[in-house]
Amino acid sequence: MPAPEARRARRIALLGSPNSGKTTLFNALTGLRAKTGNYPGVTVDRRHGLAATPEGPVEVIDLPGTYSLQAISEDEAVSVRVLRGEMAGEPQPDGIVVVADATTLQRSLPLLAEAMQFGLPTCLALTMVDELKARGGEIDLFALRRELGIPVLGVVGHKGIGVADLRDRLGEPGNWEQPPLAPAVDTQDRFAWADKVLSLATRSQPQDSALTQRLDSVLLHPVGGAVVFLAFVVLFFQSIFSWAAPAMDFLSGGVEGLADWLAISLAPGWLASLLVDGVVRGVGAVVVFLPQIALLFTLIFFFEACGYMARAAFLMDRLMGWVGLEGRCFIALLSSYACAVPGILATRTIPSPRDRLATILVAPLTTCSARLPVYALLVTAFVPDDPVLGPLRLPGLALFALYLLGAASALVFAAIFKRGLLRGAALPFYLELPPYRFPSIQTVAVQVWQRLKMFLRRAGTVILAASVILWALLNFPRVEAAPGVSASQLGQQQIEQSYAADIGRAIEPVIAPMGWDWRIGIGLVGSIAAREVIVSTMAQVYAYEGGDEDTAGFAELLRRPDPETGVAPLDLAGALALLVFFVYALQCISTIAVIRREAGGWRYAVFAVAYQTGFAFLAAWLTHAIVAG
Amino acid sequence: MSTLLTLSLNKMPRRTLADLSRHERATVLSVLDDGPAADRLRELGLCRGTEVVFDRQAPFGGPIIFKLRGYRLCLRPSEARRVAVEASAD
Repeated sequence: MPAPEARRARRIALLGSPNSGKTTLFNALTGLRAKTGNYPGVTVDRRHGLAATPEGPVEVIDLPGTYSLQAISEDEAVSVRVLRGEMAGEPQPDGIVVVADATTLQRSLPLLAEAMQFGLPTCLALTMVDELKARGGEIDLFALRRELGIPVLGVVGHKGIGVADLRDRLGEPGNWEQPPLAPAVDTQDRFAWADKVLSLATRSQPQDSALTQRLDSVLLHPVGGAVVFLAFVVLFFQSIFSWAAPAMDFLSGGVEGLADWLAISLAPGWLASLLVDGVVRGVGAVVVFLPQIALLFTLIFFFEACGYMARAAFLMDRLMGWVGLEGRCFIALLSSYACAVPGILATRTIPSPRDRLATILVAPLTTCSARLPVYALLVTAFVPDDPVLGPLRLPGLALFALYLLGAASALVFAAIFKRGLLRGAALPFYLELPPYRFPSIQTVAVQVWQRLKMFLRRAGTVILAASVILWALLNFPRVEAAPGVSASQLGQQQIEQSYAADIGRAIEPVIAPMGWDWRIGIGLVGSIAAREVIVSTMAQVYAYEGGDEDTAGFAELLRRPDPETGVAPLDLAGALALLVFFVYALQCISTIAVIRREAGGWRYAVFAVAYQTGFAFLAAWLTHAIVAG
Repeated sequence: MSTLLTLSLNKMPRRTLADLSRHERATVLSVLDDGPAADRLRELGLCRGTEVVFDRQAPFGGPIIFKLRGYRLCLRPSEARRVAVEASAD
């Protein structure tokens, strides 16, 4: 036994194709102590964790799912660089564990041949050996080991079978058997090699999964599949808007409760106001989306792990192909209906960098749930509640039209980007349809938790900073309370004399053509942090004293003419212009931050803000011009 | 029908994966061009001698699912046309 202090921790890389069960195995090996981040300079997920072995802790690196090491995507290029030891600050791994689905070895064994070119100790972990057996397949592990010349272990990650054996070996990769000669490099030769090895080691081929055949004959049926897919989309929307609502109400109640408690407990003054309005209400406005995002990611990862997401991509590919995108982009855009942030994170499954960038750039145009309070307020205020057809009424139709406008605009802009800026040699479209499997609940839970952590971290940093800045703009310079002035009047005076109001007046000449005055300008300044903030900011500007719930009362106030000037805060043309503006404008600091991160640079974030907000002003101006005549 | 007509007119043009009918089995001859895209199709298992079955196609000329090497691979017709095949021996 070498002295423990004489050696650094071993590093073992996990390499495998998508759907190979690599993530589940990684979780089983490392427990739940994995760290997630990005590789420096590239937006590829970087997961590593420690596995406890008899020789001490071993660092396990989870490489992105890869079909081949002849890299054509950023993910694959990262895997190659890690395996070669070319990543800055990261020594070359001491060994490679190739993770392969035992039911698809004919496809995945050639990746092992590529991994063996690195000259590192390599071992093969066969996953899904239980499924192989259930489908009547049998592999002679001893023969496979003899033919490959490397250790071969069968594992079932989520049941923990074989995991301890594998973990025990990770500490001493130097002791793994190595073949005298690495297999051939050429693709054709590697497949021939794999076929030869498997012909010697396979006792019986697995049958095609009967469950998968039966489900696909319904789920991919031209009519039945479309019906199920529509039901799936409805379920998605239903969960976003209805099922998450109680938890969101609970959270926003908690935020309000905390804010009220702080307001009572603290001495009145700017510090209390900073804590209550800047920190608690500001960050709280974003944190209330947590249940929605958790539910959304649970659905995405659950259906992904089941195998249905690949089918949804198959069904939607023709439609997405018309605008130059592919089936997988649809999932990301669908997620953006809850919030563009998870939608943009979901673009990671899109292999083509151009498709991914186009999807990221248009995802904020889909109608996220933060727009709903704004739409609800303005539609209630300005669209008459007239029946149209049967149970359909005008406000509902108007809301539907706004959703449709967002979706159609996202597709049109995607087509423009793909034909213009992002034109170039297309990657082949390929999509593996894995057999249907019941997902490991633990794997889904870990993935959801990682996304939530990412979201919360942003709420604690970028969002916190932005809401404090916004609070300062709305609350300075301070107005002293005069005797006999009610709290809401004081609030109104404060806002009217704030820096935000200066900005609102400064931009009034620009926004006047859309039918908006400087007070709407203050709301627009507020909505830069997050769209729904315009509702609470405007409630303050107009000293509206009803609660947040009472949309109708506030809507009424927006239409009522000012007793002195006889002019209403907003007219129909101005309100419609404002609605159209909110369809297009990118006013969300979280989204801007996530675009910078996922697209890999500020220039994409700046571009997204510029084209969306620029178009928003143009469209709002046109709307006002047409409606006002 | 139209496939038969083309066959007789163009003295045996290459058949590709896109020309198969539902549930038809064929053997890959080669991927027709070079470059990273063609390499990737080979890496996915579409190399010489591999048996492929046309499983189903999405409506309106959508992508096609093929069964090969124990898994299901979905390609667009434009990619499927790059893979030359011949009738399987059996």
